[in-house]
Amino acid sequence: MAETNAPLLRVHDLRTYFYTDGGVARAVDGVSFEIAAGETVGLVGESGCGKSVTALSLLRLIRPPGRIEPGSEIEFDGKNLVTIDEAAMRAVRGARISMVFQEPMSALNPVFTVGDQIAEVVRVHHAGSKREAWDRAVAMLDTVGIPAPAQRAHEYPHQLSGGMRQRIVIAMALVMNPALVIADEPTTALDVTIQAQILELLRSLQTKFGTSILLITHDLGVVAESVSRVIVMYGGEVVEEAAVAELFARAHHPYTEGLLHAMPQVGQERERLATIPGTVPPPTAWPAGCRFHDRCPYAWERCVAEHPPLYQIGAGHVSRCHLADEPERRAQKHEPLVVAAGSSS
Amino acid sequence: MHSNPGLRRLLTHRSARWALATIAVLVVAAIVGPWLISYGGAEQLDIVRLKNTPPSWSHWFGTDQYSRDVLSRVLSGARISLAVASLSVLFAITIGTTYGLVAGYVGGAIDGAMMRVLDGALSIPRVLLLLAVLGLWHPVPLSGLILLLGGTGWFALSRLVRAETMTARRLEYIGAAEALGASGRRILFRHLLPNVAGPIIVSATLSVGNVIALEAGLSYLGIGAQPPTPSWGSIFLDGVDFYAGNWWVVLFPGLAIVATVLAFNVLGDALRDALDPRQLHSHRVPSGPSATSTSVNELLKNG
Amino acid sequence: MRRTLAARLLQSVVVVFIVTTITFFVVRLAPGDPFSYDSTAITPAVRAHWRAQFGYDQPLGVQYVKYLASVAHGQFGYSFERHEPVVAALRETLPNTLLLAGLALGASFLLGVVVGVVQATHRGRWFDRVSSGLLLTLYSLPDFWGALMMLLLFSYWWRLLPAGGAVDPVMHDYLPAGRALLDRISHLVLPATSLTLLTTAAVARYQRSAMLDALPADYVRTARAKGVPERGVVWCHALRTALTPMVVLLGLLLPALLGGTVFVEKVFSWPGIGYLAVSAINARDYDVVTATVVVGSVLVVIGNLLADLLHAAIDPRLRA
Repeated sequence: MAETNAPLLRVHDLRTYFYTDGGVARAVDGVSFEIAAGETVGLVGESGCGKSVTALSLLRLIRPPGRIEPGSEIEFDGKNLVTIDEAAMRAVRGARISMVFQEPMSALNPVFTVGDQIAEVVRVHHAGSKREAWDRAVAMLDTVGIPAPAQRAHEYPHQLSGGMRQRIVIAMALVMNPALVIADEPTTALDVTIQAQILELLRSLQTKFGTSILLITHDLGVVAESVSRVIVMYGGEVVEEAAVAELFARAHHPYTEGLLHAMPQVGQERERLATIPGTVPPPTAWPAGCRFHDRCPYAWERCVAEHPPLYQIGAGHVSRCHLADEPERRAQKHEPLVVAAGSSS
Repeated sequence: MHSNPGLRRLLTHRSARWALATIAVLVVAAIVGPWLISYGGAEQLDIVRLKNTPPSWSHWFGTDQYSRDVLSRVLSGARISLAVASLSVLFAITIGTTYGLVAGYVGGAIDGAMMRVLDGALSIPRVLLLLAVLGLWHPVPLSGLILLLGGTGWFALSRLVRAETMTARRLEYIGAAEALGASGRRILFRHLLPNVAGPIIVSATLSVGNVIALEAGLSYLGIGAQPPTPSWGSIFLDGVDFYAGNWWVVLFPGLAIVATVLAFNVLGDALRDALDPRQLHSHRVPSGPSATSTSVNELLKNG
Repeated sequence: MRRTLAARLLQSVVVVFIVTTITFFVVRLAPGDPFSYDSTAITPAVRAHWRAQFGYDQPLGVQYVKYLASVAHGQFGYSFERHEPVVAALRETLPNTLLLAGLALGASFLLGVVVGVVQATHRGRWFDRVSSGLLLTLYSLPDFWGALMMLLLFSYWWRLLPAGGAVDPVMHDYLPAGRALLDRISHLVLPATSLTLLTTAAVARYQRSAMLDALPADYVRTARAKGVPERGVVWCHALRTALTPMVVLLGLLLPALLGGTVFVEKVFSWPGIGYLAVSAINARDYDVVTATVVVGSVLVVIGNLLADLLHAAIDPRLRA
């Protein structure tokens, strides 16, 4: 995983817990990964697995009752983002690491012009006067492919289409030329045709600016085209990590298998879409052993009792599954526990 | 029915319990109080020695310029004020709900006209209108006062009811009618009532407090409850010329009013939180400072 | 935009018309008339003469039309108590009410917005709890009682401020300009403060709620992600959108504010239209009564119009 140069971002044992009346929700429970300069990494998982919380933790946008547990390390620019003071963190946000959110309509403030909102990033980081910031904003609008940028900059979010708004959000994220962009489900709220455009935009901007991208999504189809490496999360942990081709060809973890299997394919003859039975357990009560065991078609007694570590499967490929240790068990497929228990809810 | 979980939730609010307790005490005091006190509210005691005495052990709230025990007057006044307020609010709810239902159900030009009239009515400051009517028709009997207070207090409620009615009606047209046959009108009421009952109850509770204060004010101006009927406002009327010296005549009845209105306001707030926890209406009325626990899912909604 | 403005103006005119009609009939249908008071010196013939002279013997419909005509000409009738046209009485008193109510409105909004924002950002902590309780109590005070207590406290027990009126009845005309201004201000303090206290509570509660809605919004999170300092996030991004419901509140508050003004003016003998209305009631000065109700309502309508304009100014989504 590690490059010969030092990685741009190194996350080590990140834990983000939420202290609620219902208990302590361990949304992110010991996640570690690295991102190199110029690399695009995909972070995949279903709702509730902790991927968005991970993203927010990287920018330290976790509000009470959540907090990043001491002992977590987020190394960036030679500093540990978890421990630096707020002023230093603010200097990072938007300028060195920025974020593209899922819902472009609600991510933009409805009462300010789009030009103002992009220019604000520049001004807040003291990188230009009002005039200069505005000019940069207009230039950025052009870069992201908004026609007639000088006029559009004076418009309000509600006057633009969904695809355009997402471009605005991307413009805001890139105007200060950050080293890392975290894209949290950037295409989920958009039409399929627009999705492709936005992904293409991200790719071209990455080539142009050399930015690293952490692409968070639940959609493996998006991942297949856009990233070089995939991290799969489940139950607040990393359960598999591999280069994209390797993952699609030789997925190891049963959860990843399930996700791949659930992807609808063109030309496929199937009446019903395959799903992974059961749901994610609540983050306040992760099971003691493997967190996927009740939905896993291969699980055996060891999985219930013993929490699997990350096993090395191949070069740059790890998997948190006891099957790495006892591969013969893969032949003993069965009904997952949740189905056997009678409820598939 | 819908209100049971609501009621349970209500009673977990500490402030709501306090408010309910205060109101209960008040109601009991109003009903029973005047019998317990040895002095009547209108009885004039020793007009020489007991004129204008400050609070003491025998007269907890002191006496006024007519040598009447202020505490007794407050207790008797409680009856009148609570009764007037409750009845007028009841009246207001009836008119408001009906008006809103009709406007929302009928729609079209009639609804438009009804709303214009409502706009007009809402533009008239309630106090000024009451001032005009009560002043010019002076003296107004208590029944008239109740009708007028109710008749000027239903406007906002009817707007609410109308909005809910229109939503329910749209539901009917969209598919409910087809799916459920010809019982359109029944659907309207079965869907409408649960949605509307909550805000009506909240509105009623808050209104009672409001009307108590308003009635007191009107009585202070001399156009509310007429002597010898003691309402909380008219107690002030008698003391108003001498209040510099007789501060107890102003303070204690006032505190009684404040405590009562506060109790109704707290109760109304708590009811609002209890009966309508996820307020989806855009035109929200402010909710009080009650703490709502956030669900884990809400926090982690982004996965 | 201009079309909606024109439509709103027309709407407002219709509303004023409806208000005038309602008020007129309410007043004229009351038992008696301005000339009903008992006096041995007034014979029935004199009463009849007066009635004819001022048109009170005509059928109600005719009276109505005549009244509308005179209102259209800016005439509101005659005040028998003050022996002057109603318009003159209004000219003397309306500015005082506007001063008092305007000041109270401005102060309560300023105070209310600030308190509401701080409450929302410190939700659940002691400031929020204490101030909420305090504000709720203030909100529960009857208008007149709050004013009375202020009067008692600051005029009688601690002789800090004058007990009533707009100016010192004896000295004001002899004071030099600076002292005269101070005199006016000292008379303004208590009534304005009473009125402000009553309204601030409502504003703060509403603002708190609006902020609590705005703070978790996605665009607030975006602002933080952009590196905007918390101060800017709260007072610029969140507040800006939370001000929109406040403008709506403005329209709703106006009638209640004017109602409160009536009581405050009575307690402090502040010479505004509320005070005018109260004394006119006792003297059965019909035209004054009608006029004050109409004027009060017109103020509300104008206020609502201004609030709508402000709304469009604040929220660009309404401008399209």
